[in-house]
Amino acid sequence: MATAGALSLSLALTACSSSTKSTGTKSGPIKIGISLSLTGDFSADGKAFQQGYQLWANAINASGGLLGRQVTLDIVNDASSPVQVATNYQKLISVDHADLTFGPFSTLLTKAASQVVARYGYAFVEGAGGGPSVFTSGLHNVYDVSLPVANNLVSSAKWLAAMPAATRPKTAAYATEDDPFTAPQLDAARAVLEAAGVKTVYNKVYPPETTDYGPIAAGMISAKADVVLVGTLLPDVTAFIKQFVQQKYNPKAFIATAGPDQGAQFIKNVGANHTQGIMVPNEWYPTVTTPGNAELIAAYLKAYGGTAQDVSSDVPEGYAVGEVTAQAVKAIGSLDQTKLNAELHSGTFTSVQGPVQFDATGQNIKAFAYAFQWQNGALVPYQPDAGQLLVPAPPATTAILYPKPVW
Amino acid sequence: MSTELAKAVVDGVLTGGVYALMAAGLTLIFGVMEIINIAQGILVVLGAYLSYVLQTHLGLDPFLGLFITVPVMFFVGVGIEWGFVRRLKQQNRTALSILVTFAVAIVIEGILTQFFSGDLRSLHAWYVDRSLHLLGFYLPYIYLLGFALAVAGLAALQVFLYRTRTGYSIRASMQNRAGAQLVGIDINRVSAITFGIGAAVTAAGGMVFGATTTFNPNSGYDLISRLLVIVVLGGLGSIGGALIAAVVALVIEDVTAVLWSPVWASTMFFAVLIVVLIVRPNGLFGRQAARAQ
Repeated sequence: MATAGALSLSLALTACSSSTKSTGTKSGPIKIGISLSLTGDFSADGKAFQQGYQLWANAINASGGLLGRQVTLDIVNDASSPVQVATNYQKLISVDHADLTFGPFSTLLTKAASQVVARYGYAFVEGAGGGPSVFTSGLHNVYDVSLPVANNLVSSAKWLAAMPAATRPKTAAYATEDDPFTAPQLDAARAVLEAAGVKTVYNKVYPPETTDYGPIAAGMISAKADVVLVGTLLPDVTAFIKQFVQQKYNPKAFIATAGPDQGAQFIKNVGANHTQGIMVPNEWYPTVTTPGNAELIAAYLKAYGGTAQDVSSDVPEGYAVGEVTAQAVKAIGSLDQTKLNAELHSGTFTSVQGPVQFDATGQNIKAFAYAFQWQNGALVPYQPDAGQLLVPAPPATTAILYPKPVW
Repeated sequence: MSTELAKAVVDGVLTGGVYALMAAGLTLIFGVMEIINIAQGILVVLGAYLSYVLQTHLGLDPFLGLFITVPVMFFVGVGIEWGFVRRLKQQNRTALSILVTFAVAIVIEGILTQFFSGDLRSLHAWYVDRSLHLLGFYLPYIYLLGFALAVAGLAALQVFLYRTRTGYSIRASMQNRAGAQLVGIDINRVSAITFGIGAAVTAAGGMVFGATTTFNPNSGYDLISRLLVIVVLGGLGSIGGALIAAVVALVIEDVTAVLWSPVWASTMFFAVLIVVLIVRPNGLFGRQAARAQ
């Protein structure tokens, strides 16, 4: 206890005395401080993020480093704890004297960490803290290179809204788990569709501990909506699909925030014959033709084996954090955090996930979601064209299925 | 709205039957042994996994698989009783049983995670996806069959308790454990059989659970809280009470979700539970009522 107390006091004193514009040493490797969830609830994502960060570090070191210096990753485990993640960043900055900081996994941990990192004036570039609460904290040093969570369904909603009047859905049903990941997505999609005149005939939020989805499914079925949008993970989307199949309810489009993106697990749970036409958004896919993505996939397969389909979307998120930070650092030619923050706010960047430009709150305004549709046992990517209609994204060539085939 | 409401009531009744099947073992075990089996939720999940294994590796239909999973779960129950529950001292037995069976649940969850990972799974059969079109309602066959299985299973349990010698022994133990011992009933044997039956019933409940929802080794936690509430409402020790309470609970929740919001479904049910317990502290068919049956 005494040791812990002494360490806390030491951290606090160091924090008080340290410069708020740390620029690190002028020689030797550039140290990047990162807290990741290597154990606990987010461990799978945390480890995938670690792979993304490491692959980026390998790539930049192989190309001569950053500002002519090699980079090293100082990664510590936060055990998926918001308390630990705050302590970790305090230590990484004030004790380990990290030159740069990269974000942890999840909105929950990013929010907790960003308050600490902001105190030191560090730029905090991250790839998995896309929940609205991160951007409403009043901080000006957080930059999420990924798509803001709330915009995940916007491409799909705009596609439905942009359809010719004859085919455009007249009614829509919405149901979402009461969750900061899913609920904002449904709200954003509903705003787009209602503005286009698509009438909301069912809209319910259900608690996360729900196990009996029957009444919610029955409500959507009774509403006879043309299209259904659900804020789900795998268990609830499976339940809804089963109920719709049993009740022979066939909406023209069925779009879920998550669950259908789980590949083999999704097929096993709903049955391959019930996947056709179901849609789910995502920001990235292994064969996307963004700059550097093919190299990332090749490096991943060399380092970790498997197939391209095995690459978690956390990997490019981590990789993109490194890419954007490196571009900003090269643009200013130093590690000065004040200049780095200014550059991140004003510059435009590229990444394996696509273009990046931050608004005043740190959200990536250039990011958009691909819409994926299950067709013949595979997820086919679609992207919005100039008229907001969804067209095949390379290498896909088949037209999107609308209306969705019957169960 | 009236159609939706009628559908909610029908769904509640059918789903309630499935929950009754899962809760019956819990209430029987408490009635005889005065222990609260926190492992009941994970035993349901174990039953679902057994059906899953038989289906994926032997291609056995989940209902046919019950001829294997029910006896297997019976012996699992007997093993748990012999290995852990029997060792509890009489003093503070009920309180200690919560800790011991919770530990058993964690062990089973760990074993399941080791073998099956945390991936979500579900059972498949023709009756899972199809439904009976009757009076304007689509009634899923799996819920109809699950409800029928629940009624048949609980009726068979009642017949066993009231028409067999072992059943007499179990009921005698429910009424007066010490008295039953005095008249020559082997309490250890009765306890083992009771725990075995309690676990065996979950094989059927687990199979229907696995066919109606996705499950993984963590699914037991959501279940046990709901099962405990059902047996408290029905009255600890009453099998008929468990059936009625399960149906009442699910109908209240489903109707609330339709009329108001899913967010308030559980709240409304707990409000009803509190009112019932104020009027009848032992539940609808509480211990005294159950023993008088």
